Amino acid sequence: MMFEAAGYQLLPVLPEIVLAIGAMASLMIGAWCGPRAAAFITVLAICLLGATGVIEYLLPKGRLVTFGGGFIVDEFARFLKIAALAGSAATLVLSREFIEDDSRRMFEFAILVMLSTVGMMVLISAADLIMLYLGLELMSLALYVVAASNRDNVKSTEAGLKYFVLGALASGMLLYGASLIYGFTGTVSFAGIAAAAKTGSIGIVFGLVFLLAGLCFKVSVVPFHMWTPDVYEGAPTPVTAFFASAPKIAAMAVFTRVVLTAFSGIASEWQQIVVFVAIASMALGSFGAIGQRNIKRMMAYSSIGHMGFALVGLAAGTVEGAQGVLLYLVIYAVMTFGAFTVILAMSRNGQPLEQISDFAGLSRTNPLMAFFFAMLLFSLAGIPPLAGFFAKFYVFTAAIKAGLFALSVIGVITSVVGAFYYLNVIKVMYFDERAEATDAVHIELRSVVAATALFNMLFFAYPAPLVSAATAAAKSLF
Amino acid sequence: MTTWPILSVVTFLPTLGALLIYVMARGGDEAANRTARWIALWTTVVTFAVSLILVTRFDPANTDFQFVEESTWLAAGIRYHMGVDGISLPFVILTTALMPLCIIASWKSITSRVPAYMMAFLILETLMVGTFSALDLLLFYVFFEGGLIPMFLIIGIWGGPRRVYATFKFFLYTLLGSVLMLLAIMALYWNAGTTDIPTLMHASVPYNLQKWAWLAFFASFAVKMPMWPVHTWLPDAHVEAPTAGSVILAAILLKMGGYGFLRFSLPMFPLASHDFAPLVFALSAIAIVYTSLVALMQEDMKKLIAYSSVAHMGFVTMGIFAGTMQGIHGGVFQMVSHGIVSGALFLCVGVVYDRMHTREIAAYGGLVNRMPLYALAFLVFTMANVGLPGTSGFVGEFLSLIGTFKVSIPTAVAATLGVILSAAYALWLYRKIVFGALVKPTLATIKDLTLREGLTLAPLVALTILFGVYPKPVLDLSAASVQNLVNNYASATAAIKAAALP
Repeated sequence: MMFEAAGYQLLPVLPEIVLAIGAMASLMIGAWCGPRAAAFITVLAICLLGATGVIEYLLPKGRLVTFGGGFIVDEFARFLKIAALAGSAATLVLSREFIEDDSRRMFEFAILVMLSTVGMMVLISAADLIMLYLGLELMSLALYVVAASNRDNVKSTEAGLKYFVLGALASGMLLYGASLIYGFTGTVSFAGIAAAAKTGSIGIVFGLVFLLAGLCFKVSVVPFHMWTPDVYEGAPTPVTAFFASAPKIAAMAVFTRVVLTAFSGIASEWQQIVVFVAIASMALGSFGAIGQRNIKRMMAYSSIGHMGFALVGLAAGTVEGAQGVLLYLVIYAVMTFGAFTVILAMSRNGQPLEQISDFAGLSRTNPLMAFFFAMLLFSLAGIPPLAGFFAKFYVFTAAIKAGLFALSVIGVITSVVGAFYYLNVIKVMYFDERAEATDAVHIELRSVVAATALFNMLFFAYPAPLVSAATAAAKSLF
Repeated sequence: MTTWPILSVVTFLPTLGALLIYVMARGGDEAANRTARWIALWTTVVTFAVSLILVTRFDPANTDFQFVEESTWLAAGIRYHMGVDGISLPFVILTTALMPLCIIASWKSITSRVPAYMMAFLILETLMVGTFSALDLLLFYVFFEGGLIPMFLIIGIWGGPRRVYATFKFFLYTLLGSVLMLLAIMALYWNAGTTDIPTLMHASVPYNLQKWAWLAFFASFAVKMPMWPVHTWLPDAHVEAPTAGSVILAAILLKMGGYGFLRFSLPMFPLASHDFAPLVFALSAIAIVYTSLVALMQEDMKKLIAYSSVAHMGFVTMGIFAGTMQGIHGGVFQMVSHGIVSGALFLCVGVVYDRMHTREIAAYGGLVNRMPLYALAFLVFTMANVGLPGTSGFVGEFLSLIGTFKVSIPTAVAATLGVILSAAYALWLYRKIVFGALVKPTLATIKDLTLREGLTLAPLVALTILFGVYPKPVLDLSAASVQNLVNNYASATAAIKAAALP
């Protein structure tokens, strides 16, 4: 077979290879042509991401393994990789205006997003600790740079630096945990750890705690959430939209895979951690967001809360739970992406609107945008018949089946608290006096907002394809 | 019998109308407003006409669900399943019948953002009809909760000065109750492997689950109903909502709570319902007496009617949990009657509010001198609210009182006391507003009902009196289904009653 090098099958990693080579080729083009090529490279990157998604979809069905069992492509990986690729491609669609700004015209942005996406894909497919770390670092290093990509802005630079320092700390913890696990089990592969971890030796649990601490940082859940509001606020808005969608999907994917495959034998140990983290995140996300004045900070707390909800499904530790997590991730990514697109699209006299009060009377000045934003916010609050409700339904129904009643009750009550701050934004848009008109919105932003909002509104009418794909993906983990 | 999905048509026709308004009523000028109003009116009238086909084709003797539609939805056990029986059909008709009146009532009083207003109402109609005709628990929940979105916007955008507070309170209160019900729905799903309502009605539910699920459903329906002590959102929401919003709130949304008790609590958790009935009786009795007393002290017309609604809903819960034929039948009739009467009372308040822009009782007096027609219509509804024989209010209260009397005499006594109190506050309100000398200079030029207002009130006057002297149409429609419900409930609770005997 032609896709074999050094004794390893390369077919399963073909999408990653295509994307990585594409990123490097784009880098060459950029180095040759300079900032002029920014627009071209962005378009090229979107096409490459799309092509990678298609290749991923066309890979032979079933379970493909390579690199000595360290890299695995199953339904779970396919589902989430395609979701992550879509998130990255949509980010580039959003960022066209941002990178074409003369003051910071740069072609590197699209390349960094592509490299970060390669990292996500490796992360999603990781089946041993080495591959996990490799993917995580590739993803994160690119993210640190894009967070600071608004070079002349102090807040953006600060966000990038903060993210980097704290991220490095988290990586350190994760590595320490991985080394402990390796030391106590003698293997780095998830399957090997699963076989060795059945005894539940204290050393493995110790390693597990550190490993989960590192992963919790990446998905930004309590108590490792502190970086989120600052980075979300400081980073340029297209980058924030990116942070909230694709990397979250990848990090949550590896979280799910690690605990469900490598540590399925000591479920009661990690379940306690996940339950605590879920409750703390839901509560902090809901209550913390209430006092926020800056809409990006509010969305940061919202994302902490939503990751808590996703973890509710994981806490169940069942097929239904994994299915709930997958659906939650995809639906949440779409909702939050739409919301950030609205935030990005709204400006007045060239100044972006960042305070919640800036949105006053938007329903008068830009009715369609306000309506779509309101629907996205209702969906984030989990009100039926919008998609956000079904996301919550699947995670909580798994938790109920697993008998986690206290967690479920606390979860739904925090979701009511959370509804308050989403309603508050809707109140500002619909009930408050109108402010000056906002600037015209670019067609690509409008279409992203419309697409995400319509997905949310119409999901209930035909949920079958996404639900059955998520079911198949969840089953492949067990 | 039917070849086309008539129930889905009734449910989703209003949404189609809303889309039509979005497409046609562009521009935000007076022409767009007019287009929106007419499209909304025609949509609701056509929906009402189609829903009448349901009545003519409905077989009242059949206790099964009729006009059943099924198709796949989320999972094998969670399907799109619609259908009506004798308990839900009256509410479907009540909804479709009141909507055109609400649109007409908003014709002149709503002047800003008319297309959005009409769209919100049409979407709300879809969700309300869907709530009453869903035969799948999750589908029911989606419709039930979805109604919060348009109502939140209706109160918040077109409401009075304290609208933001009122609409947040309404939304969060209702949501908090409902999310607990959602968890119970999930538990029932795992218990029976489906959320199909007809299947769940015959599925056995362990007692422990019954108890918790009953409480969770109660949390939702008691807030929606609303029952004392979780009724406090209602006066605020009513006072701040625009007239048509109040009408829908009082006439339809409150009925969802009672409908929920009838559709879920009694048939699915009979043992828990039996055990918790004393709690419901106590809360109902407190609601009837306490809120009637509170109503006596009100200075705002809408608030007074809102508190009287809480009292009247107390009769409904009391009758339903009596579990007797008369009690439940009376509860159903009382809900339909209250839907007509309280809706009409809010319309009456709207009529004078549109003229004077105040709802303070003290600002009125002697209206009979200049508004004889209005005084007549208001009189009929006041008497129906009191429960005077010959009006529809009497039939429901009487039946539910008899039904309760057989089960719990103290509750029935307290409720009868409430009937006297309701006469006190309703007549007091009527006297303050309509009778006396017309001395206030602001009222000197007030005009009687216009043709439009007459058109909205006349059918309600006719129905109030018709159902008062001839309640048979409504009672017959629901008799077989109610009897079926009572029989099932009695056989399920017979075992524990037998065990309790020495």
